Amino acid sequence: MSAKSKGKSRVTIFPDWCKGCGICAAFCPAKVMELNDQGKAVVVREEECINCGFCELHCPDFAIMVQPKVDSEIPAGSKSGQVNASPTGSVESEKSIKEKG
Amino acid sequence: MADIKGTQLIHEYLRHNKKFPHVFCSGCGHGIVLGSLIRSIHGLGLSKDDVCIVAGIGCSGRLAAYVDFNTVHTCHGRALTFATGIKMAKPGMHVIVVMGDGDSMAIGGNHLIHAARRNIGVTALILNNNIYGMTGGQCSPTTPAGANTQTTPMGQMEQSFDCAKLCTAAGANYVARGSVFHVKRLDSMIMEGIMNPGFGVVEIMTPCFTQYGRKNGFKSPVDMFHALKKNVIQSDRFDAIPEEERGEKVPSGVFVKKDTPGLEEKFYEMAARCQGGS
Repeated sequence: MSAKSKGKSRVTIFPDWCKGCGICAAFCPAKVMELNDQGKAVVVREEECINCGFCELHCPDFAIMVQPKVDSEIPAGSKSGQVNASPTGSVESEKSIKEKG
Repeated sequence: MADIKGTQLIHEYLRHNKKFPHVFCSGCGHGIVLGSLIRSIHGLGLSKDDVCIVAGIGCSGRLAAYVDFNTVHTCHGRALTFATGIKMAKPGMHVIVVMGDGDSMAIGGNHLIHAARRNIGVTALILNNNIYGMTGGQCSPTTPAGANTQTTPMGQMEQSFDCAKLCTAAGANYVARGSVFHVKRLDSMIMEGIMNPGFGVVEIMTPCFTQYGRKNGFKSPVDMFHALKKNVIQSDRFDAIPEEERGEKVPSGVFVKKDTPGLEEKFYEMAARCQGGS
């Protein structure tokens, strides 16, 4: 909980898996997440994250991932997550959707 | 696998060829239970082949489809009977039964009582959301008195079941109650329940916003989690509150922990004895 541990973790949200229940945004002690205009959770203050793990444990859709930052990433850490739309990678998920029709 | 944790760990155990995100409504606690179950099994270091998940019908029945263990999706209320058969045939298998409140206490009520009486070595996770969620929100045996549901629009008149007390009285070896808000405690309860010999029951309080919350004055799923945080309290704190002030509060924690051998252990011991004697 100390200020020292702030900004050392990377928060990733997979928007394809998020259903927008808002549990992460409501209970986050550092107010890292907010709901956007589509009702989905987005990372807005990643540098405040204290890595308590609440969002990761309580996300019913497994859409949030909190990982320690790699050292080289810390200067460019302002870039928040949302790289892939789903945890299996966006390319794969598109493919699987096409297969299923 | 030692350095991965949390969500990354859960993705290792999911069947990614099933359609994701899963079918549960936004704000449903069943996903949290699924995560907790996976973390517990990983924490115990069990191999995927040594675990069998048996699920009944209902929202909770969908849990078995998403995880990459041996899984069985069974008839309504009869999950415990299938689990009994599996455990008797393969006593080394860790059989975990996932049931809803209606599945376990209404349709399968007798099976629950007799599984507890027999003390068969399976672990039952009872996901108690106070309602029949999947079939349209009819009142279930655990719907609290006075609650509004689809079939009781003027308020439920009957008393509700206390699952933990029922299983304690029927003779289960391990009885605990947790909630999806107190996840770390829930993880340890599931782990303890799996490793304890004999019949284990973990009742899990989980919110159903779509069918229960909307009719009972909750504005959002977050409201239901706030209510869980407030109402599910440790059993010693619950006991200290005078009876008339308890209101909606629910005791949680481990109520019973015994290590009597389970039915399958007794059976195989008897079999060995008979073979040795002849």
